[in-house]
Amino acid sequence: MVPSATLHSSTSCARLPALRFITCGSVDDGKSTLIGRLLYDAKCIFDDQMQALAKDSTEYGTQGENLDFALMVDGLQAERAQGITIDVAYRFFQTDKRKFIVADTPGHEQYTRNMATGASTAELAVILVDARKGVLTQTQRHSRIVAMMGIRHIVLAINKMDLVDFDETVFQSIEAAYREFAAGLNFASLQAIPLSAIGGDNVFTASLQTPWYCGPAMADYLNAVDPSGTTLHGNPPTAMRMPVQCILRPHQNFRGVAGRIACGELMAGDSVRILPGNRSATVKEIYIGERHAAIARAGDSIALTLNDDVDVSRGDVIAAPTNMPEVADQFAARLIWMSDHPLMPGRPYLLKLHCKEVTATVTEIKYRIAIDTGAELAADTLAINEMAAVNLSLSQPVVFEPYAQNRILGGFILIDKLTFDTVGAGTIEFALRRSANIYWQELEINQSARALMKQQTARCIWFTGLSGAGKSTIANLLEKRLHAEGRHTYILDGDNVRHGLNRDLGFTEADRVENIRRIAEVAKLMADAGLIVIVSFISPYRAERRLARSLFAEGEFLEVFVDAPLAECERRDAKGLYAKARRGELKNFTGIDSDYEVPETPEIHLDTARMNAETCAALIAQNLG
Amino acid sequence: MPSADRQDELKTLEAESIEIFREAISSQRKPVLMYSIGKDSSVLLHLAKKAFFPATPPFPLLHIDTTWKFRDMYAHRARMADSSGMDLIVHTNHAGLQAGVNPFTHGSSYYTDVMKTVALTQALDAAGFEIVFGGARRDEEKSRAKERVFSFRAGGHRWEPKAQRPELWNLYNTHIRNGESIRVFPLSNWTELDIWQYIAQENIPIVPLYFAEMRPVVKRNGAWIMVDDDRMPLLTSEEPELRRVRFRTLGCYPLSGAIESSASTVEEIIAETIRTRTSERQGRMIDNDQPGSMEKKKREGYF
Ligand SMILES: Nc1nc2c(ncn2[C@@H]2O[C@H](COP(=O)(O)OP(=O)(O)O)[C@@H](O)[C@H]2O)c(=O)[nH]1
Repeated sequence: MVPSATLHSSTSCARLPALRFITCGSVDDGKSTLIGRLLYDAKCIFDDQMQALAKDSTEYGTQGENLDFALMVDGLQAERAQGITIDVAYRFFQTDKRKFIVADTPGHEQYTRNMATGASTAELAVILVDARKGVLTQTQRHSRIVAMMGIRHIVLAINKMDLVDFDETVFQSIEAAYREFAAGLNFASLQAIPLSAIGGDNVFTASLQTPWYCGPAMADYLNAVDPSGTTLHGNPPTAMRMPVQCILRPHQNFRGVAGRIACGELMAGDSVRILPGNRSATVKEIYIGERHAAIARAGDSIALTLNDDVDVSRGDVIAAPTNMPEVADQFAARLIWMSDHPLMPGRPYLLKLHCKEVTATVTEIKYRIAIDTGAELAADTLAINEMAAVNLSLSQPVVFEPYAQNRILGGFILIDKLTFDTVGAGTIEFALRRSANIYWQELEINQSARALMKQQTARCIWFTGLSGAGKSTIANLLEKRLHAEGRHTYILDGDNVRHGLNRDLGFTEADRVENIRRIAEVAKLMADAGLIVIVSFISPYRAERRLARSLFAEGEFLEVFVDAPLAECERRDAKGLYAKARRGELKNFTGIDSDYEVPETPEIHLDTARMNAETCAALIAQNLG
Repeated sequence: MPSADRQDELKTLEAESIEIFREAISSQRKPVLMYSIGKDSSVLLHLAKKAFFPATPPFPLLHIDTTWKFRDMYAHRARMADSSGMDLIVHTNHAGLQAGVNPFTHGSSYYTDVMKTVALTQALDAAGFEIVFGGARRDEEKSRAKERVFSFRAGGHRWEPKAQRPELWNLYNTHIRNGESIRVFPLSNWTELDIWQYIAQENIPIVPLYFAEMRPVVKRNGAWIMVDDDRMPLLTSEEPELRRVRFRTLGCYPLSGAIESSASTVEEIIAETIRTRTSERQGRMIDNDQPGSMEKKKREGYF
């Protein structure tokens, strides 16, 4: 059973803090109409806007003679033409009690991401239900998003009561059904109100049509509700945290650390820690704008200077030295997907958490959440508007707190690396393992550490085959593919290396061996740096290839035999080399007057007579895992 | 001075705007502040200074000059550019000017397109500005109420209202590809009343035209238009008369309607704003041309 909210005492005449809320629910449940009505009754519609509304109502309205309040809010042409809400609209009104910022969110499933946008900054949600239809799937979807976004105060507005003769039993059964559905959503308060948005019943004043209802009218409720505990800033109220936005350096003698305090208080002289490095410092001065401040509070944008000369940069978090936030690079999180391109586990995305951006991959979709029942369903990918519980792995440790404790330090977005679209939004639940290198203990930097930071295993992929067999083509396709997946790669091409590093070498037996040795050594250095190195080189002799292989660890070296019949290579002869060799102008040409020793046990054998270059590249990528 | 509670509300708005400025700058893209000389621009500039104090804001001011602003506005612009220590770029669409485009003969819609929208895109393209701060507020107009704080613009400055990026919490996505840009609106959540109370609280200098004074005006299309210089063609029936008027918004003088008022201090303006029954944009000629006209202009790159 969800209790009713605590209300501010109505006898106090002080103004309350502004309230940000959303209206949501299925299409046509009356969201826009309700907001229009609230604005109208709050006398926040100006005369000229009324005139425009009257004109629009005749032209586009759905209310016959009457004003169509929805047209006040549906501001885009497409919306008015189609009679639907596409994007969230922000509206402002005030009563003598407080200022309201209301986000009217779209009801269509297609525009759920815009609904989530509105919900992310709200402290309270008005969920509308059409009295004739009751709780719909979309009501449930919105309720789940509202819950995920940490909104804990709900008004269940059972609207269009005029169409069910203000029947008490209809109201009661919808309220009961909703309460049962919402039991698992962890709401702190839930107030059901019977409404007719169009007639203004129980919007600003108690309706004579609902004598059986003793609760507050919508406006009275909104005027008095106390949403504390769900505000964006100031949660939790105790220990101080401030994500660092930027460093202000007007001149050598001033270094201001700028940011907005997420929670807690800060005073000049306080000692603080700078995370994730865990360096200590004391606060020298605090500026709010151009003014000195002795104290700064949650929600303030400040710049502070430190007594100590420590390293601070964007994405760090300044925190009170006791009760510090955690640092980790692997999380369990809730995710809502917002892109037409499905979420692919393993694909790297940019993750933005407070002021920090890192690369992140979803390592596992634990389950997808059924919108209506909340059941946990198996899923390989996530489509647009789907919600899931996932595990995430980040390219470096970040400072965070679980979203339930701190919305600022626990909410993140995912951004596509190519299009830069915002493709997902998530809330951190907990760290999967504390970062081994929390607070940066001395860490041995070796090949695996370097490769780990790139989220890959270092490799040497060694292409061997006749001139013209397709080595370079396949190598290039492979690199593009790996690059798109976010891997760090490098191609060493036989011809190119001969132009630089091996410029001094010819084609004698000794020079060929030295040529190979150098390339193998360079490949080894690059693999040691954590890269996936692709070597594309005829390398006709087994001995040379064995030499190269011997430089690498077991499993690190992949020999790829690009197999094409000599006749076919000669037919292609892209560089005209075979013709030259046949004419005797090129000596020691592999396949003509120099042997090619076919690999006996290559890791991968590509039969280019049967597979095209794309398929070959895909096959190798698969083998890399 | 606003009450203590109001001061808290203003403080929250101020903090949010400062956060937005700093976040935009951290994108490392080339920024500029659209400075239109009006009250919103004045507040915007004031907040920019706060966001980077004691450093000077790391971007220039850009004024799109149609050459038809009030003389008082040009004087104010010079004072503000001087005292801010920031560079001021003034851009006029000279092709439009040479073609003689003006607000009288060409109608407000075409005039606005050529001298403002086209001029703006010219200026942005010429310098390659990618982060463009503007003083628009969501309470001004219906299509603005729908706009993100970080409003993404595709190539050619196009706004796609149906495909806006989701914008969650205070996590602004500042990534763009070459040729794309972002309009940033730090005043998104401010109302007209917030602006005035903040101007009072912070003592922000504004153009004197906001204060009531006796001014020469003629009545056109139901609005009081001030005869600011002798370029204004008068009909034979029109005889400028002196009236006590002031402006709620300022733009090109032939297109800005004055209201009759005796409010000559910020406090009196606030009292009037609380009482008023008409919206701020009522005096603006461009919004009323056709339904959705603002959205249409915005799609094409207008602010
Ligand atoms: N009879 C009746 N109709 C309503 C009521 N509230 C909204 N409507 C109508 O329901 C339709 C959808 O309303 P709208 O506000 O656009 O819904 P939205 O999609 O949730 O924003 C419109 O035709 C409204 O006039 C109500 O309380 N009673």
